[in-house]
Amino acid sequence: MFAIYRKELNSFLSSVIAYVVIIVFLITNGVFLWIVPETNIFDYGYSSLDQLFEIAPWVFMFLVPSITMRSFAEERKAGTLEIILTKPISDTSLILGKYFANLSLVVFSLLPSLVYFISVYLLSSPIGNMDIGGTWGSYLALFFLGAIYVSFGLFASVINDNQIISFITALFLCFVFYLLIDLLRGLMLISAIDPFLEFMSINTHYMSISRGVIDSRDIIYFASMSALFLLLTKLIIEKRKW
Amino acid sequence: MTVVVKNLTKIYGTQKAVDNISFEVTKGEIVGFLGPNGAGKSTTMKIISCYTFPSSGSVKINGYDILEHPLQVRSLIGYLPEQNPLYDDMYIREYLHFIARMHKMGKHATSKIEQLIELTGLVPECHKKTGMLSKGFRQRVGLAQSLIHDPEVLLLDEPTSGLDPNQVIGIRNLITEIGKTRTIILSSHIMQEVQAMCNRIIIINNGRLIADEKTELLLHKFQNKSRLRVEFKNPVTKAILGSIPGLDTIEEKDGKWIMTSSDPEFREHIFTFAVSINNPVLEIIPEGESLEKVFQQLTANS
Repeated sequence: MFAIYRKELNSFLSSVIAYVVIIVFLITNGVFLWIVPETNIFDYGYSSLDQLFEIAPWVFMFLVPSITMRSFAEERKAGTLEIILTKPISDTSLILGKYFANLSLVVFSLLPSLVYFISVYLLSSPIGNMDIGGTWGSYLALFFLGAIYVSFGLFASVINDNQIISFITALFLCFVFYLLIDLLRGLMLISAIDPFLEFMSINTHYMSISRGVIDSRDIIYFASMSALFLLLTKLIIEKRKW
Repeated sequence: MTVVVKNLTKIYGTQKAVDNISFEVTKGEIVGFLGPNGAGKSTTMKIISCYTFPSSGSVKINGYDILEHPLQVRSLIGYLPEQNPLYDDMYIREYLHFIARMHKMGKHATSKIEQLIELTGLVPECHKKTGMLSKGFRQRVGLAQSLIHDPEVLLLDEPTSGLDPNQVIGIRNLITEIGKTRTIILSSHIMQEVQAMCNRIIIINNGRLIADEKTELLLHKFQNKSRLRVEFKNPVTKAILGSIPGLDTIEEKDGKWIMTSSDPEFREHIFTFAVSINNPVLEIIPEGESLEKVFQQLTANS
């Protein structure tokens, strides 16, 4: 697993991918947090990073699929997957290696945004007058959200060897679980399955952890959804046993 | 037995890519897999290397079954796939280190990598990324990759395809050298290559095994007659040459004579005959029944 992890991370860091992801994440969020009228922190008037955590899931919805889309698609197309799969590495450690490498990149892109946290912390009056617990909770929620998106992305990347299709598939999965399920709930079509839809929606759990309260149900949701999609990824890789 | 393949069958959709193939390879053999394109050579290799899985039948490497102990099998095997895929943005050493880490080689990987770079003649290129290498050097990187963990069994799928003649000879010598201590199965559709490197040849066509024989035996089967191309200094006629003892057939081709005979001392007869008619022989070239012919005959009937 470590061999794959290290290789993946190296390929991110030695190409421009990692830097583009980090910079785009920082700039897009920065623009909404500091510049765009209405949403910027001065107009908003509260010393909190709520705007950041509002916009970040949307930015990740595009950024995460664009970093995960190559994971398997590129290796399959180039044939290098054949090299890896004929080495003494289990399918599980291959997938986990890739998963954690992509997740690390998500964390790397989150880290520079701590600058915003420090700025708001210092700008608030009196200094430090902000909901620290809530902020850390939101960071944790964003991390979990990224973890789920990465598992969607890996799954989307393994079902197809075309990177564009895997990007769109991953984007669609993120969209369905982050937004569409919530929209369906709003329609109130079938009230019997509403609790189920509520539980399936990423947004429910994202908001829940964002408050700074770590509920085991949310953790279980994020962990099991990621695990489910990694498992599906594994099944697809094993399908070569036809 | 190092490699035991038993009743191997692989079906893609409705097509039988590999049809009930069985063979065994002992330690130290260099076996050539010969067959036209699409014969099932690569599929068989992919199955032995645990990349794809058979529809039925079994493969055992050193007693480990590919389905039950895939990880042990993979650590015993060095595999060079047909396309020789590489990560184009990795440096040669970086790539080899990555492979070494997958084999969990630990500390002695570095010395092994340097040794392989030396062995495969990659020294002048070793500061380059693999994507910048020419085909011959890429192939060497692929070979180095497959050798890194001192595998018991080496599977090379068309190791010399697309190389220039010098590179082909380089890779051939390398394989022969390595083959002294290891079991090698290599595939090719080039007969001379297999003839030059392998001590045993397995011919497959349409997924079926049609010959499995020691190289000399296979050649010998089709070589009870010798076929010689003879050039005389001065022009001679067919009638004169017809009196050479042991001659079976004779025909003229571009001023040279193609003669066949089943007499083992036929060359000697030609020479003494040439002396007797005072017409020096410039060359006598054996046109041995090449593997191509053997191959054509075998694959035509099936």
